[in-house]
Amino acid sequence: MLLQTHTSIADTTQAVADTAQAAGHGEKFNFAHLLDHMKDSRELEFPGGHGELPIHLPTVEIAGITFDFNITKHVFFLLLSAFVLIIFAVAAARQNKKNLVPRGLGNLMEVFIVFMRDEVVLPNMGKAGLRYMPYVLTTFFFILIMNLAGLIPYGASATSNVSVTAGLAIVAFIMIQLAAIRAQGLKHYLAHLTGGVHPVLWPIMIPIEVLGLFTKPFALCIRLFANMTGGHIVILSLIGLIFLFRSWAIAPVPVVFVLGINMLELFVAFLQAYVFTMLTSLFMGLGIQAAHSEEHAEHAEGHH
Amino acid sequence: MFDINPGLIVWTIVTFVLLAAVLAKFAWKPLLQSLHEREDKISSALEQSEKARAEAAELLKQNERNMARAEEEYQKAIREGKALAEKLKDEIVNKAKQQAQREVQMAKEEIQRDIDAAKQQLRTEVADLAISAAEKILDETLDQQKHKKLVDSFLNQMKAS
Repeated sequence: MLLQTHTSIADTTQAVADTAQAAGHGEKFNFAHLLDHMKDSRELEFPGGHGELPIHLPTVEIAGITFDFNITKHVFFLLLSAFVLIIFAVAAARQNKKNLVPRGLGNLMEVFIVFMRDEVVLPNMGKAGLRYMPYVLTTFFFILIMNLAGLIPYGASATSNVSVTAGLAIVAFIMIQLAAIRAQGLKHYLAHLTGGVHPVLWPIMIPIEVLGLFTKPFALCIRLFANMTGGHIVILSLIGLIFLFRSWAIAPVPVVFVLGINMLELFVAFLQAYVFTMLTSLFMGLGIQAAHSEEHAEHAEGHH
Repeated sequence: MFDINPGLIVWTIVTFVLLAAVLAKFAWKPLLQSLHEREDKISSALEQSEKARAEAAELLKQNERNMARAEEEYQKAIREGKALAEKLKDEIVNKAKQQAQREVQMAKEEIQRDIDAAKQQLRTEVADLAISAAEKILDETLDQQKHKKLVDSFLNQMKAS
């Protein structure tokens, strides 16, 4: 952890050094310059400088929206995280097939898998949720690895880009609706959108319910993005203090603080992956449980 | 920083869906399967060991019961044996005592008989001896009747003495 923290500081100072260079040319120090480091870009940083990503893809315009499919820094880390996760997960699966008692990587993965099953999926969705385990596990590990990628030197968190978290939230939205429709049936699902009120009130109720469907994943999107961005901004601001004061003497203070924030970021990387997954399964569970309570209600009516 | 790039959203969704598909097939399925298998194995092993433990406890109890019964029987056998031995001993001793007493009695009687016979013999021999001695000493012939009278008086004297 210490090594990661240390190297992450090195990473950050790279950006700060760029800014300092600009400042050295007589420009006024500008925090916005620091924040450029966090923006998505066509360039990738690596030891000894930075270079443009080689692959150029076309920009497509569909229905008035411009889709830029170019491989940017965040796309690169998105794909890299997915690739790393595939390697880790498949290796763990191979190991666990071979070893009767899991150890090493297989054991590590299983700790998270068992936690997700027993503490996230089963309490929120019940046994019916076990079929969604692959989705839940993919969400958790993918977000976790993307979060951690930002702590690696020259790395970046794809999750600190609002478009990426929006993509994840859209998938979560689809899964939440899918779980509800599958459990309740399309008829009951649509009936739920009316809130069970008199048809006269439907024009008011339906927009509210539909809006309610979107606020949950929207909150997921913003929460993850803000948490992953916030830590980086704090670190950059603390490092920026050195250049603001134009003195090496002040350096130890921000460095100690940055060390602390980095440790906090490591924790937040795990926490936010967990929170995103937990809330998604909670929302999926609400739809599944609504189906169950309805069944009970119908059974009760049948008895009377 | 806050501007949304629809292309990146599409990248994210496509990546996620492909990732989920690949992982579900090659990672989560085998991982969950081996997890379930192991859990089943552990719970069944626990069940079996619990059953074996109960069986062992039952066997132990049975053994204890058997031991107690055996102990009881063995104590009883010892007790009975002791009593029998005691009885036999008494019988034998008594018989021996009686036998001894009888034998002693018989011996005593025989001795008495011998003594009586000896006495009788001694008496006749002494009488004869005395007669012959008296014949020799007195050197006179006495008739048989006188002799007899003489001897009887002699013997009476002896008896009295």
